[in-house]
Amino acid sequence: MSAFATPARRGTPPAATREARGGVLPWLAVPALAIFVAFGVIPLVGVLFLSFTSWDGLGDIQMSGLTSWWAVLGDPGLLHALWVTLLVMAASWAVQTPISILIGVFLAGHQRYRALLAVLYFIPLLLSSAAVAIAYKALLDPNFGLGAGLHIGLLTQDWLGEPFLAFSVVIFVVSWQFIPFHSLIYQGGVRQIPRSMYEAAELDGAGRVRKFFSITLPQLKYTIITSSTLMVVGSLTFFDLIFVLTAGGPGDATRVLALDMYKRGFQANLMGPASAIAVILVLVGLALALLLRRLGGGDAGASQMEGA
Amino acid sequence: MEPTTPSRRTFLTLSMGIPLGAALAACGTSGPTPAGGGGAGGGGGNKATYWYLAVQPQEGVRTRAVERFNKANPNGQITGTILQNDAYKTKIKTAIGAGQAPTIIWGWGGGTLRTYVQAGQVEDLTSWFAQNAAVKDRLFPSSFGAATIDGKIYAMPCETMQPIVLYYNKKIFDQVGVRPPESWGDIMALVPKFNAAGIAPFSLGGQSRWTNMMWLEFLFDRIGGPEVFQAVFDGKKDAWSHPAALDALTKLQDLVKADGFIKGFSSITADSNADQALLYTGKAAMMLHGGWTYGSMSTDGGDFVSGGHLGYMNFPPVEGGKGDPSNTVGNPGQYLSISSNATAEQKEIAKRFFATGVLSDEEVKEWAGNGAVPIVNGADSAFASAKDADFLKFVYGIASNAKSFAQSWDQALSPTAAEVLLDNIAKLFQLSITPQQFVSNMNAVIGS
Repeated sequence: MSAFATPARRGTPPAATREARGGVLPWLAVPALAIFVAFGVIPLVGVLFLSFTSWDGLGDIQMSGLTSWWAVLGDPGLLHALWVTLLVMAASWAVQTPISILIGVFLAGHQRYRALLAVLYFIPLLLSSAAVAIAYKALLDPNFGLGAGLHIGLLTQDWLGEPFLAFSVVIFVVSWQFIPFHSLIYQGGVRQIPRSMYEAAELDGAGRVRKFFSITLPQLKYTIITSSTLMVVGSLTFFDLIFVLTAGGPGDATRVLALDMYKRGFQANLMGPASAIAVILVLVGLALALLLRRLGGGDAGASQMEGA
Repeated sequence: MEPTTPSRRTFLTLSMGIPLGAALAACGTSGPTPAGGGGAGGGGGNKATYWYLAVQPQEGVRTRAVERFNKANPNGQITGTILQNDAYKTKIKTAIGAGQAPTIIWGWGGGTLRTYVQAGQVEDLTSWFAQNAAVKDRLFPSSFGAATIDGKIYAMPCETMQPIVLYYNKKIFDQVGVRPPESWGDIMALVPKFNAAGIAPFSLGGQSRWTNMMWLEFLFDRIGGPEVFQAVFDGKKDAWSHPAALDALTKLQDLVKADGFIKGFSSITADSNADQALLYTGKAAMMLHGGWTYGSMSTDGGDFVSGGHLGYMNFPPVEGGKGDPSNTVGNPGQYLSISSNATAEQKEIAKRFFATGVLSDEEVKEWAGNGAVPIVNGADSAFASAKDADFLKFVYGIASNAKSFAQSWDQALSPTAAEVLLDNIAKLFQLSITPQQFVSNMNAVIGS
């Protein structure tokens, strides 16, 4: 029974490929590496350099040692922006993950109508963040928006003008936009789970809910880690959507780190402190990615196929 | 610590030149001299380049001015590029920093122009204006303030003067049965009456922040006179602690607390003209806004302007205030500078454009036809035939009678200080900081 369900052990690769692995293959990585160095590493070094300077973007670059760093680290605005960023990260993860898993599991079924729904769910992902933000801004306008147009009192809130509501709207729109993407990842993950495990569980008399919690969820462990890493690290760089939707407002209620960086660099002409924030962003992102890998990859040797 | 200054170009070469150089190994190194063919100047060899703002009707006037100039000067033409307002502000800064500025740099003068001057990116036009006194004498003297940095003129004033005006909807005032305010006390008395009628007293596009700032500009001026902000501008220590400043900030928060502004004002942007729509659709009774909104309200507001339902006045005095009620604030003009990186040829073309193309008689007529007042002495003679003659005369009167025509704060200050100011103003309107906190936050960045 299980023979045709479990992936068959791959046969030994033909000798030709094995030889190629030693000679040509590393060279295939060179273009990607060159692009990564050119557009990833070199700008990063540039930003690191800029963070030790004062520059208004126009005149000469002045070396200023740690001045920019002290200015940034001593500013209560940085702590606030970090806090908002962490809140956005946590809230958007907490909202997106359960919904994405449920939709992903649902879409993993092979029924025709589910395939159709999968296409519909996918649509938000096709829209650019700026377009999404402009559309929501228009819909949520307290005077000319959806609520005012349909005379629905509940919808006629000051959505983007109250700090808590504005924050919630940001989380909602982010989730609306990215849940389709994560559902897709989970759909793929669920389809990888061997049928035999469910069959065995059914023989043991497990119901739908039991199967979900005892098989689907544990089997999705690595998918959850992948998707969470993308969500968490991705939420560090939310900029376009928030910039268009609230511009960090009201006051500074939705001013995340990336927005703070932009405002300092390009609106206040303080490239030094803005670069310092950029470096902080990179460090936080790396730390989070490493942490998530640790959380998931601790027992890489452990079997994922128990009971299969 | 001894500050060392690696040149900007070295850095730009480091950050951009290496990957580009690797990709296009065949291209030789480019020297620092601005050459044609995609070099500094951002355009062709003997053509001057000029970036200006989109949005009709102003865009059309700018485009036609360039077209007229090009027709008259087949040997030295100008290539125009149209950009959107907010995108322009960032793009021009980046372009100038990278040595890729257009020949003619359009701007608002003041603090931003000062940063260009300090970086040595724009030409000193003082001697050119001395040689071409006729060009200078045609224009409103007040328009040169924001073009003058440390006694030298770095920009040619152009286009129109745009004082901030208190607009009101006459239909709504009739409906509620009240008269336009003549003092700050009247304003505060009107607020509960409009609220009781279910109409917002004031429209405000608060997310744009500079819209909120206009309120403080007038309150500071009416209560303490133009000297209060001048002290800030001059970088005097603790200038924001002036008693008039504290009074103005408190009055402003009183108005916010009394629901003086439309519900949800902090999520409305001025870029979408939603604040104007609130006024002409009768959802709000009054609006403090720039003179340029008259043109857009006449095109978007149906018969609101043409039917005579739009009222306008200068900001009323505040009881016991020291400021002259004839004073105004806003944009005393727009400004054209010449990039130092342009070739000698391009600079010549730009100067010829300044002398013969900018604010030509045709352009003056076109501005007047769009409800705007060009910064040309005696421009009022062109108003009689214009369809918006009353408004034009009103604006011309404000501008020519004002004892002080102060430049908008965010334009007058350096971009760094302006950002802190706008940020704190947004929080002040949000009631998340007290006037006292505003004062201490702002005192901390004076002179930066």
